[in-house]
Amino acid sequence: MKNPSVDTHLLPAERAGDEPLLAVDNLHVEFQTRQGVVRAVNGVSYSVDAGETLAVLGESGSGKSVTAQAIMGILDMPPARIPKGEVRFHGTDLLTMPDDARGQIRGRRIAMIFQDALSALNPVFTVGWQIGEMFRVHQGMSKRDARRKAVELMDRVRIPGAKSRVDDFPHQFSGGMRQRIMIAMAIALDPEILIADEPTTALDVTVQAQIMGLLAELQQESDMGLILITHDLGVVADVADKIAVMYGGRIVENASVFDGYRAPAHPYTKGLLESIPRVDLKGQELYAIKGMPPNLLDMPTGCAFHPRCPYRKENCVTDAPPLYTVSDTRGSACHYWREVLDDGSN
Amino acid sequence: MTAPTESILEVRDLVKHFPLNYGVVFKRQVGAIKAVDGVSFDLRRGETLGVVGESGCGKSTLAKLLMALERPTSGSVRINGRDITTARGAELKRMRRNIQMVMQDPYTSLNPRMTVGDIVGEPFEIHSDVAPKGGRRQRVQELLEVVGLNPDHINRYPHQFSGGQRQRIGIARGLALQPEIIICDEPVSALDVSIQAQVMNLLERLQNEFNLAYIFIAHDLSVVRHISDRIAVMYLGKIVELGNDTEIYDNPTHPYTQALLSAVPVPDPEGRETRQRIILQGDPPSPANPPSGCHFRTRCWKAQDVCAEQEPALEVRPGSAHPSACHFAEVRDVVNAE
Repeated sequence: MKNPSVDTHLLPAERAGDEPLLAVDNLHVEFQTRQGVVRAVNGVSYSVDAGETLAVLGESGSGKSVTAQAIMGILDMPPARIPKGEVRFHGTDLLTMPDDARGQIRGRRIAMIFQDALSALNPVFTVGWQIGEMFRVHQGMSKRDARRKAVELMDRVRIPGAKSRVDDFPHQFSGGMRQRIMIAMAIALDPEILIADEPTTALDVTVQAQIMGLLAELQQESDMGLILITHDLGVVADVADKIAVMYGGRIVENASVFDGYRAPAHPYTKGLLESIPRVDLKGQELYAIKGMPPNLLDMPTGCAFHPRCPYRKENCVTDAPPLYTVSDTRGSACHYWREVLDDGSN
Repeated sequence: MTAPTESILEVRDLVKHFPLNYGVVFKRQVGAIKAVDGVSFDLRRGETLGVVGESGCGKSTLAKLLMALERPTSGSVRINGRDITTARGAELKRMRRNIQMVMQDPYTSLNPRMTVGDIVGEPFEIHSDVAPKGGRRQRVQELLEVVGLNPDHINRYPHQFSGGQRQRIGIARGLALQPEIIICDEPVSALDVSIQAQVMNLLERLQNEFNLAYIFIAHDLSVVRHISDRIAVMYLGKIVELGNDTEIYDNPTHPYTQALLSAVPVPDPEGRETRQRIILQGDPPSPANPPSGCHFRTRCWKAQDVCAEQEPALEVRPGSAHPSACHFAEVRDVVNAE
């Protein structure tokens, strides 16, 4: 790792123009289990550019985290398998790249933060050591320099008294502070893409507001592309530029955040937005999407959402809808997106 | 909901301190975690009291005290006029029948080795006079139907159900003894977004059907507002503000309530650039060593010397109609502020 040439290592297509910074293209991921093959991700495509925030929305089991793990290359294979698809970073497919070249990108140019900072951090090493590891491993820095850099980073993510806390262990920090340490590790090498998988789900709202504010600031400073994976419609409305809504391993709607919230073009998105309790409807029954999320081992035929869908017609049961083009910047995987769109614009 | 009637639950000056011990052989107490530190409120028949606050503020300890699963350090919890904190033996057993609980995590709160029928029917084993032995199975099936589950699934195990269905099983168990009060500790936070609304609707329907009173503990403020008649905001073991939903959400007077409300992301991207935010600094202090005077003063932008010296009482302050524990209580609409 001490070879300085890797620092300036460029990917072949890096200088080429109009390719987005990161593009996931028709990605499929399946898991071999004792009960059969689980198709967790079925043809997902999305892209992120520098400085842009993409929110991937979906419930547990919708495939949002698996997609992110495939981008990072941290899926356990087997049991996971990627039969089809590409993840292009600066135009080069990461999935077909040799392992050592990919290792140069992972953590350095594409970094990730996880939901549960306590289990993602190693309990037997100090936080300074763990943050410094990024510099020691990727840049061959000395222990002393790495520790100094760790203090700088802890300052940057606004951990009070960084200098005195650098030798503390993860359990000595609060949940919000631990998440800051995770963020410090992720941004250590100035990544171009940061994937945040439910970064605030385990935190209290006042701490959540601090962490989201910090992420936004860091993004502005360094023009990172941010992929925010969440199920919290409030957080998404606050920070996202565009949204991709996942259901049953597919993207059912992608749109700019304003279009998507103003007038959803897929019944699932519409249902999610309508089931948020609203002040003016207090005391009334909440709108609830009926039924439950699909079992990935036994997916419904046709459109995966059809058993729960109020717009269902006969062909939904048999024909899986493609991602129809709604406009230049949005798509919806619903045969009847026009009706949904018309109903939603209020 | 129903018109306010007499109080079914009266909580007065409830305190729970967990001792911090030091030493192995000669244990001595070096301090205490002040989990609940002087909480008083009433709950009326058929009413929902929402309890909000961040982790560590004492919400769940409060729930345990009300259920008499923990004995309080001092204070009283009266259910229909009788104090559950001093009840013992048969009397306690009889009182517990009237106050039941729905837990947060439907994955760990149901015994995986018991069938649904056994889980929902277990309360009848303890309180055998509620349902005669022969009629129990039928009673369980009725309960399953009430919460929207197929009564034929009585012999299935919890793992055969989804999260939302498991929470329904937990609710059916809570209903089995026909209690008047149900404590819901984060009943929807472990569920998927599309399932949360279903369970909320179920809870509301059951309330109307059986005239239940709920203590609804949650951290999701929009969910709490939807279901609650009155809301208590807790911070470090104390109630800092108590009022009905419009008082708390539209006219909050305590700075902590204001910060909490303004930190909740609004699910609407329109106007997000101009939205005003109160972002609190730091984390809540440790309940083992709370600040003197007002517990919130270390994170409060209004704090002055008096806040460190005098603890503000939860009382009605000039300018608003509901009690607030702040020396400088002042109405500020943070939700609709543009």
